[in-house]
Amino acid sequence: MTYLSVVPLQAGLLDAVFGPFYWFLNYWSEVMSWAAGQTGLEILQYGFMHRAILVGLCIGVMAPLIGTFLVHRQLALIGDALAHTGFAGVAVGLFLNAVLDLGVSPYLTAVVVSMIAALFIELISEATDAYNDVSMAIVLSTGFALGTVLISINAGGLAVGVNQFLFGNLATVTQDSAAILLLLFVIVIGVVGLTRNQLLYVTFDETAAAVSGLSVSWYNRIMVLLTAMVVVGAMQIMGVILVAAMLVVPVAGASQVSRSFNESILVSVVLAELAVVLGIGVSYYAEATAGGVIVLLAVAIYVGAVVLGKLQAATGEEDTPEMGSIDVSDAKQSDD
Amino acid sequence: MRTHTSATPTSSGTASSTVSAIELSDVDFGYTSSPVVEEISLRIDPGEYVAVVGPNGSGKSTLMQLMLGLLRPDEGVARLFGEPSHQFDDGERIGYVAQHASASKEMPITVREVVKMGRFPHVGFGRLSSEDWDIVDRALDTVGMAAFANRRVTQLSGGQRQRAFIARALASEADLLVLDEPTVGVDMESVEAFYNLLDSLNSNGITVLLIEHDLGAVTEHADRVICLNREIYFDGSANEFVESDALARAFGTTANLLGGSR
Repeated sequence: MTYLSVVPLQAGLLDAVFGPFYWFLNYWSEVMSWAAGQTGLEILQYGFMHRAILVGLCIGVMAPLIGTFLVHRQLALIGDALAHTGFAGVAVGLFLNAVLDLGVSPYLTAVVVSMIAALFIELISEATDAYNDVSMAIVLSTGFALGTVLISINAGGLAVGVNQFLFGNLATVTQDSAAILLLLFVIVIGVVGLTRNQLLYVTFDETAAAVSGLSVSWYNRIMVLLTAMVVVGAMQIMGVILVAAMLVVPVAGASQVSRSFNESILVSVVLAELAVVLGIGVSYYAEATAGGVIVLLAVAIYVGAVVLGKLQAATGEEDTPEMGSIDVSDAKQSDD
Repeated sequence: MRTHTSATPTSSGTASSTVSAIELSDVDFGYTSSPVVEEISLRIDPGEYVAVVGPNGSGKSTLMQLMLGLLRPDEGVARLFGEPSHQFDDGERIGYVAQHASASKEMPITVREVVKMGRFPHVGFGRLSSEDWDIVDRALDTVGMAAFANRRVTQLSGGQRQRAFIARALASEADLLVLDEPTVGVDMESVEAFYNLLDSLNSNGITVLLIEHDLGAVTEHADRVICLNREIYFDGSANEFVESDALARAFGTTANLLGGSR
């Protein structure tokens, strides 16, 4: 399959950007085929499953990673709002392709539209000093309404393809959309890796972060932009409607059993990967929709984590250590 | 405005004595038409222990935000260590302790991770060096919380949590400590220990600015009291404040020095 002819618009510069990802996808596919040969698992034999598994693994890392920062700021629903604007972006892409014959991947337009919506939400919240449900609900429904209108105007053949965006689909993960996801993955992991200190400080204590000289609004903008990327990336498998669950459910489970912040990120990624891998397997053999199965598994894991957390609290009650005495003698010694 | 200088303890010279820690001149601030604070002029020198008191809605927190550059005055100038507050970028010099950090109620995070944040302004995008971790551990020792370093913050009592936040300010090597009603929701015993901690830090040269509701604690511990109700009613030593009628004027008749006007 030659992707160059499939995506004329993405030739040139974009091709140079995506080149390594296509190479990696082929390499990954070979690894998976080899694994299929070794294990004899039917699920590992198809090219589309190779891509679906890779995309799922990436989602399992970046969704809870970003979700950890969102959940602890009570921003869990922003993922939902951005997913619905992502749907509008998909519709825009399909519309442009049908009308102008641009041949651009709908996921690419979804990323763009969703990021614009993310900035919009953030700027509203900066102007009004609060993230409020009302503006979030307005953005959410505007996105979805715009999507449905564009699609209905375009009627006919288009409506058939919409289900895969609404509910996600393992079988329709193309080379192109997998490459886009890999690019988003690299950006998200890179930016979080670079700004993890700042994002943590802003998440934990916004005022103290501002006093310490951080530009809180800039880090909030970065955060919502990353959220838009994760949501659109995860949409391919999870679908518009269920994508927010991947941002929230593993994180909620992890905070039941973790003590430290770093541990909670690690645990949430592990829980998410568990749900994704099991979910893809179950949905393949049971012929059920992957997004739904993954979310149900994630919720089951969450319930397990709650029970485990309660057990830990009940049985593992540590004795309270003695509070040390206050010793200020060396408090300022490194100060000069 | 000269009266308070007598209350200044022997400064440890962490900053040049000619530069004030905080300086407001003729500051006005209001939302829409109603002024929140008016004609505020004050100067806080390095090494002072100052408490700002006032009834609910008197503009105490607004005043603090103006001082820290979180808000910009409508009129007048706010300065931090000689620079306009909103442009001040030596954030590590200021330690800020609020009533409660909202996320600290549920977020999984250990005491040590909280104190670590004090080093963030120093390391920027980098990693904490072993030297940074030494400073973190020393700050935990100083506030007597070393044994709690790996405890989840949500499991701490109110008093312990506030000590952790003080440790964060120490880890940041702040020379100005700003506390916004830090003892709300903290039990009596811990409150006493908390104020003793502030006393010792102050005698080590850290400037302490305390926004407080508990008048008893203020008059016992702070050297200088600023009594605020939209404008400054009193600015002078704690002893003079007890004897003056500023309290009655600012609070109306209900308040007394035993506190309890909450």
